[in-house]
Amino acid sequence: MLDSLISAFTLIFSGEHFLFLLFGVVMGIFIGILPGLGGIVGFSILMPFIYGMDPVSALAMLIGLIAVIPTSDTFTSVLMGIPGSSASQATVLDGFTLAKQGQAARALSAAFSASLFGGLFGACVLTLIVVIAKPIILFFGSSELFMLGILGISMVGVLSGDSFVKGFLACGIGLLLGTMGSAPATGEWRLTFGSYYLFDGLKVVTIGLAAFAIPEICDLLRKNKTIATKDEPIGKGWLKGLMDTLREKWIVIRCAGIGTLVGILPGLGGSVVDWIAYGHVVQTSKDKSNFGKGDIRGVIAPESANNAKEGGGLVPTILFGIPGSGSMAVFLGGLTLLGIEPGPALIEEDLQFTYVMVWSLALANVIGAGMCFAISSKVAKITTIPYGVLAPFMIMIICFAAFQVTRSIYDLYILIILGAFCTLMKSYNWPRPALLIGFVLSDTLETYLYQAVQIYDWNFLTRTSVIIIFIITLISIFLGMRTKKEKTVVHNVKISDLFKFNLETVYLGIIYLFFGITVYDSFTHNFLGGVFPGGISIIMFVTMTYTLFFNQRWLSKALNSSYSLEDTKDMFYAFSWIIFLVLLVTFFGFIIGIVILFVSVMKNKTNLSLLKILLITSGGIVLMLVLSYFMVLDFPSGLLQEYVKLPWPFK
Amino acid sequence: MFKKFLAIVAALMMSMTSSFAVDFSGKTVTWLVPFGAGGGSDKWARYYAPMLSKALPGNPTVVVQNCPGGSGTKCSNQFAQIKNGDGLTILGDSGSSKFPFLLDDKRVQYNPTKWPVVLSSATGGGAYVTPKTGYKTSADFKKLQGKKLKYGAQGATSLDLIALLAFDMLGLQVDAVMGYKGRGPARVAFERGEMTIDYQTSSAYLKVNQTLVKDGKAVPLFAWGILDESGNIVRDPTFPNLPSFVEYYESVHGKKPKGPAWSAWKTFFASGFGGQKMVYLPEGTSADIVKTYADAFAKVVASDEFKKTSSKRLGKYPQATGKAAVAAQKEAFTIDAKSKAWIKNHLSKNYGVKF
Repeated sequence: MLDSLISAFTLIFSGEHFLFLLFGVVMGIFIGILPGLGGIVGFSILMPFIYGMDPVSALAMLIGLIAVIPTSDTFTSVLMGIPGSSASQATVLDGFTLAKQGQAARALSAAFSASLFGGLFGACVLTLIVVIAKPIILFFGSSELFMLGILGISMVGVLSGDSFVKGFLACGIGLLLGTMGSAPATGEWRLTFGSYYLFDGLKVVTIGLAAFAIPEICDLLRKNKTIATKDEPIGKGWLKGLMDTLREKWIVIRCAGIGTLVGILPGLGGSVVDWIAYGHVVQTSKDKSNFGKGDIRGVIAPESANNAKEGGGLVPTILFGIPGSGSMAVFLGGLTLLGIEPGPALIEEDLQFTYVMVWSLALANVIGAGMCFAISSKVAKITTIPYGVLAPFMIMIICFAAFQVTRSIYDLYILIILGAFCTLMKSYNWPRPALLIGFVLSDTLETYLYQAVQIYDWNFLTRTSVIIIFIITLISIFLGMRTKKEKTVVHNVKISDLFKFNLETVYLGIIYLFFGITVYDSFTHNFLGGVFPGGISIIMFVTMTYTLFFNQRWLSKALNSSYSLEDTKDMFYAFSWIIFLVLLVTFFGFIIGIVILFVSVMKNKTNLSLLKILLITSGGIVLMLVLSYFMVLDFPSGLLQEYVKLPWPFK
Repeated sequence: MFKKFLAIVAALMMSMTSSFAVDFSGKTVTWLVPFGAGGGSDKWARYYAPMLSKALPGNPTVVVQNCPGGSGTKCSNQFAQIKNGDGLTILGDSGSSKFPFLLDDKRVQYNPTKWPVVLSSATGGGAYVTPKTGYKTSADFKKLQGKKLKYGAQGATSLDLIALLAFDMLGLQVDAVMGYKGRGPARVAFERGEMTIDYQTSSAYLKVNQTLVKDGKAVPLFAWGILDESGNIVRDPTFPNLPSFVEYYESVHGKKPKGPAWSAWKTFFASGFGGQKMVYLPEGTSADIVKTYADAFAKVVASDEFKKTSSKRLGKYPQATGKAAVAAQKEAFTIDAKSKAWIKNHLSKNYGVKF
């Protein structure tokens, strides 16, 4: 083993292998910075070049790409509140808040150093474990994975903010949204309402953008200043961030461990890892009060975990040829294009390839973190750009990212609908992380529960491993509840308040109706297809009925918003800019729509001259064109394109 | 006067023939793949693309474009809309996008029988069972009957349909546990001991199962087989020691398979394996362009480069062009009404599939 390790190391530095690694890293940084893209896109771009390439260089390049994305995706999460990738959502909670407090550089530097350590940890684990990991992976069957899913869901308790009921219901909404599409057991179409688009269900990118990016943009458009509101010198933050990470080294190590484990277990869903890490760090802290308000630990924990996850994810990919995530699936494709067949044979015959991957992973993390560090204080200045200029870019990026999901205009429509709902969630203090966790774990829970029962009958609950995980879950819930003080209720709310017609009651009505519809829909299916959504929706419906009509205290939590009607009106005025873009795209296609949007927003919100506006606009357009050229992509076309034949890129 | 007339006619004829010569110089051919990057269809297309580029007149760039969604129906629907006949867009489908058509899936708004086919790539699969049943050779078949076997499936209407129907026709009692995200995870479940019967496509079978079989953790049953030039199912050359499904059926039941179940199996086998991946041109493309592509693919398959690398990349499977491809297309999509009704009823009754 040791000689393979050393020979792989020297191999990377010989010839052009290292250059390809660098190329992969640089590519990964760009892909990570642009939200909604992720490893899959990067691979798709590189795929045509891989064919016929020298395997070591190609491996180095591919790994360089994946390793760095969870590092660089932090930029938009922290600076703009837009989750860079699905593994970077939890970072937004505290990271973006810190940026708003003028501490962007600190947050970024803490994130990068945590990412670096997490990534190196993942590489170490990969080195040691890959030779013996097979029994570990074989050990975790459907029953164990189901219980781990339950452990994941238990994080909702910690992330519910001031009201567990809201968290519970939000999680229910997420779980039910996750059942949309084809049922795992029977393939029946659930909640699709005959729409072709919904047959494939909703995707986490859309939900992530709708839940975090859109409400934040609306909020910022409403205030119309700069992202950072305090007058703190940004430059000094980077040292502080580094010190923060060093100080919290135990969190870094623990979360790296969690990340690696989640990565190793195929089928758990890498998108949950940042929430699990975040939930864990909240549970195990004595002082929880600052989480969500700018606690640096809320940045360090998920960032360490999501980098470690990549290292872990390579284990089942190499060992079994089973990808643990979407980007691993593409990586697998790249491997076979190179003529490298994963499996135990690879480990036995050609350990060197595995170690090339390990070293590439380690080096890429170091180089990537270094590069991100180097540019972070410059990039952090984005938070000082007036929002009138930044907003059109952000809206463009969000819409572009959302469009990647299925590359149809309906992606944007769904984004608006969900975005509107999540903006209301933000106004009324319903915890969006709970919705997200429910959504991401929905398929996991249902599939594994179904499989576990089919294989072992309900006895699966008595398996030792399942009981152990269950106990860990209970401990984690207990830790989460510790020191949580239920805030005393100030509002005196009556049931009659429910029937007043205002935005909040409409919002509650929509949720209630949603639960009602899902209950109804679940009964139209076979038992196996309907039991999971049916069970969840009935529980939710009953809970909500109880909350609204039968429990004064819970009602006051649910009907208790801090947003006045004025605030909400402003919020929707801001939201209308996004609707405006989507309407423009519907009629004129993406590029023309963007141009019109840029000009209108900047004219409206800033005092810049028309010339400057056009200059900035062309910058944005060039960016889009470069991206689409490499991704072999057509933009959404509008009605105009159906009647008039236009040259690319106005198609 | 007459000479002038002849000259004009001659000039017209020459210009007609020259305009009939297809040439893609300076153009780009888009090869649509209805599945995501990195998957089997993607790998297959990317393997062929550069060689196709060299073989087409004018050597156009051939770009593979992924358009996943709806189990392959989304891209196929889009392809069905193409009517311009310029021959610059081709579709490479897979079994997974053929099945929805065969089963009248609601999402399907295309008809692959209308698309001219220029290449048909076969692949194969092999089934195996756990030694815990006491099964060692086909003579031990009785040991499998009466045992409840478990099989990890993706869904009742996915490629698993072929395996499940085969097991059913053999009289085996197989419980399908759904929701596995592919044959890979199902294989892990088999290794874990949770599943007791499984099949793998050839490339996976070769690499991994040789170890499982060697270590005594799996016992081979049979391979599906391949389609010969006339559309009959014969033994798979990749697994010369394994009987084809037809042979195995005969050894168990003492007669050749027939009836609606068999007819349905044959069609779905041809769609799912015998002619799993096909390259089509849009409906209504001129015969010249179709011939150009067919000739190009034939050239690729006969080339040295292909002969050297294909068995590693695609396996030792027939890559049919020209008439053989058309025969494969016929096998893959011809299902009589009775067998179709039979299979739909079978799927509804046993797996709760709603049509």
